[in-house]
Amino acid sequence: MNTPILQMRGITKTFPGVKALQDVTLDVNRGEVHAICGENGAGKSTLMKVLSGVYPHSSFEGDILFENEPCNFSSINDSEKRGIVIIHQELALSPYLSIAENIYLGNEQAKNGWVDWRKTNLEAAKLLARVGLSENPITPVQHISVGKQQLVEIAKALSKEVKLLILDEPTAALNDEDSGHLLDLILHLKGQGITSIIISHKLNEIRKVADAVTIIRDGKTIETLRLDEGQITQERIIRGMVGRDLESLYPDRNPRIGEEVLRIEDWSVRHPQDHTRMVVHNASLNVRKGEVVGLAGLMGAGRTELAMSVFGRTYGTAMSGTVYKYGKEINTSTVSQAIGHGIAYATEDRKHYGLNLIEDIQRNISMAALRKLVKGGWVDKNRETVVANGYRMSMNIKAPSVAAITGKLSGGNQQKVVLSKWMFSDPDVLILDEPTRGIDVGAKFEIYTIIAKLAAEGKAVIVISSELPELLGICDRIYTLSAGHVTGEVPIAEASQEKLMHYMTKEKE
Amino acid sequence: MSALRESLGFLTSRLRQVGIFVALILIVLLFQVLTDGILLQPQNVTNLVVQNSYILILAIGMVMVIIAGHIDLSVGSIAGFIGAVAGVMMVHWGWAWWLAIPACLLVGALVGAWQGYWIAYVGIPAFIVTLAGMLIFRGLTLITLKNQQITPFPSELRALGGGFLPDISGGTSVLEWLTVILGVGATLALVIQALKERRIRKKFDLENEPMAWFATKTTFIALLMLTITFLLASYRGTPIVLIVLAVLVIVYTALMNNSVFGRHIYAIGGNLHAAELSGVKTKAVTFRLFVNMGVLAALAGLVFTARLNSAQPAGGTGFELDSIAAAFIGGAAVQGGIGTVAGAMIGGLIMGVLNNGMSILGLGTDYQQLIKGLVLLLAVGFDIFNKNRTGGGGSTIGKRFKLRSSPPATGEPKAPATVPVQSQDRPVPVTAAKPE
Repeated sequence: MNTPILQMRGITKTFPGVKALQDVTLDVNRGEVHAICGENGAGKSTLMKVLSGVYPHSSFEGDILFENEPCNFSSINDSEKRGIVIIHQELALSPYLSIAENIYLGNEQAKNGWVDWRKTNLEAAKLLARVGLSENPITPVQHISVGKQQLVEIAKALSKEVKLLILDEPTAALNDEDSGHLLDLILHLKGQGITSIIISHKLNEIRKVADAVTIIRDGKTIETLRLDEGQITQERIIRGMVGRDLESLYPDRNPRIGEEVLRIEDWSVRHPQDHTRMVVHNASLNVRKGEVVGLAGLMGAGRTELAMSVFGRTYGTAMSGTVYKYGKEINTSTVSQAIGHGIAYATEDRKHYGLNLIEDIQRNISMAALRKLVKGGWVDKNRETVVANGYRMSMNIKAPSVAAITGKLSGGNQQKVVLSKWMFSDPDVLILDEPTRGIDVGAKFEIYTIIAKLAAEGKAVIVISSELPELLGICDRIYTLSAGHVTGEVPIAEASQEKLMHYMTKEKE
Repeated sequence: MSALRESLGFLTSRLRQVGIFVALILIVLLFQVLTDGILLQPQNVTNLVVQNSYILILAIGMVMVIIAGHIDLSVGSIAGFIGAVAGVMMVHWGWAWWLAIPACLLVGALVGAWQGYWIAYVGIPAFIVTLAGMLIFRGLTLITLKNQQITPFPSELRALGGGFLPDISGGTSVLEWLTVILGVGATLALVIQALKERRIRKKFDLENEPMAWFATKTTFIALLMLTITFLLASYRGTPIVLIVLAVLVIVYTALMNNSVFGRHIYAIGGNLHAAELSGVKTKAVTFRLFVNMGVLAALAGLVFTARLNSAQPAGGTGFELDSIAAAFIGGAAVQGGIGTVAGAMIGGLIMGVLNNGMSILGLGTDYQQLIKGLVLLLAVGFDIFNKNRTGGGGSTIGKRFKLRSSPPATGEPKAPATVPVQSQDRPVPVTAAKPE
């Protein structure tokens, strides 16, 4: 049983300025289900991309042995030829093609250049039977649920004679029933001799299927736990995932916390396409004047979805629940209403949702509160420039002038433009979604200082972050979310990474 | 030397804006030579203005639509339809011009509202809605006219197409003095405005055009305006439609730069999601945009009908293509977010001079269409080429000669490689579970 199928040795992968993986080791035995755990951004997906040839052999250091032979993949095709197939978190199916066409996409069952439809559909039906999917192979993929689409992906992998199946957070987009079915299938395939690597945040799933767990943290292998040695326990995994020192520095704060500003009660949101999926379940939270409140959660916990659905219903459908400001119920069903009630939301994806990258700094800063600059029906451009220049100075935006195009600024400076935009709208509540994502350490400290200053000015601040040390460094209170539920509320004095991670991975009752 | 170097760097960084201008001058000079000086004869310059006025009016609305990331294929049919409506109102019903013109503009607004509703609130792409509109309003034109032209129109309306401002000297002078006063006044106002803006930019420490380029550009534009003034004044004076056009250009330039509505149009075209998340009511803006386009199309239809003194079943055919071409030649970006009213005017003039020059040369519409098509392709191709070459930013010519127009945006120093940074998984930040 314990013959290795895959050995990765000393894998180091560097991106400009960042060591994403450092001397990582991974051993997977034939016929086992091997889970990989780690915080968001720990390097799990990078490792799998190295393994599957997405990053060619020349772009990283280290050796990969598959079935005792060295692998020098230069593309994903090379790894598939050897029987290593990766299924990404975002499904790569073409919605308008049939199930069978999708399974054989790029690998068409053809004779002399003409597709053999009989063979395509017959073979596809056999593969569907193997994954336990009773759909007609000519059904267009868009007509089946996301859970079934996931099974089609696996059928596609099986068509390539897969020996090692890699699943990147396969259940992140699935409901409970589909998740359960998928996990059963993984165990079933294990019975047929197929080895799987599964990346997952969900510790209950890992306990259900995994024979071994490798924990990665900050681009390094921490340890591999084995079921037969009785090592796979929740506590052990959490300790491995978070056991990290607080390395960054945080500005000193003397929080002066006042009355409650915003309260969200029993907030529920459904997925915009899949209405059967609850993305946020009855979440309740509040934030007070001068307070920095953190929202901690793993990928798919529903933090961004919660924030955006409250901010003008910009995410999801069929919301229910109530939002109170200073104890009075308010309506935030459009963005302008939300802004009018003094709420600001700085997105986690500033390039797509935060900035007009082809426009200059001043016009981006004025965008959310342009009406404040209107004098006699026209925008007062001189005041706009003065205002923008003020923020350029106070926020230390490094640019030649406020007429510089935002697309040319560094990530940190772009983030400062986004923050300036929302500060100019003069909100009472700021929701900052991953405010330091993609920003280097120096700029991070500047952002923390700005957050501290905002709180000192009496604003209520909600920070969504995947970095626990960051939340511990700047927050007064932290809520944890798991699978759409608020699973904990921890005052900073009682908070630790282990405690937060425990709540973040908590299953619902 | 450094001033020259600075100017060169600036020019290469704004190749597009400078290029379009140079292209217009070259085309004018080319046809001036080819037509043995007929092109710039006073009568022909007057013709050029009047002939192109309705395309230029449409181009104002069209560039706004394109900046917002949409397109409007129906403007030609709407212009024809409004011509027919005007014919019915003024010729059949005998309505006075002061009643019929506002009524026609109102019909244009309703037509725009109809299309804006489907585009903004139902969410059908503008291409489809206005393609349908192109057919719908052409059909309505034919129905309204019963397939026959309506003519003649009262002289008040005809003045809009072919009328001139009155001669205040009473016919005693070779020059139309009112035109001279207006032309010189407008030139002075433009120069003063340019100087004022430059001073404000300096005051706020924004990058300014290099002095040499600014002086050349402003002097050139002033000279151009004075030349046109002189040419117009030595024929029959200022066409009334030129006054209409000048007012529209000034108002819409101000609207696009200094009004909330205009800013929101740029914001929507630049990044729809960011605009939405900044509280811009994107649907309402889109709706109003098409209402505005409908009104301008109606005005263009009135001018065209007035010029022909006849409402015709085929009136306005092909206008949409000329006005779209004008906007794109004038530097509007295909993906939205970029463009100016002034640019669209220059683009429209390029098309107009090409039309006019080739007609004088006696080239048939076959060659005219061929050449106009190639010019449009080259203009937009040049844009894309320029963008790819420079990565959407400065110019490689500038870099090759170690020139730069402005100090580069300096970022913070990169983090030391040993410090773990959160987004290692995703060097290019892509949100995995991106909310819609």
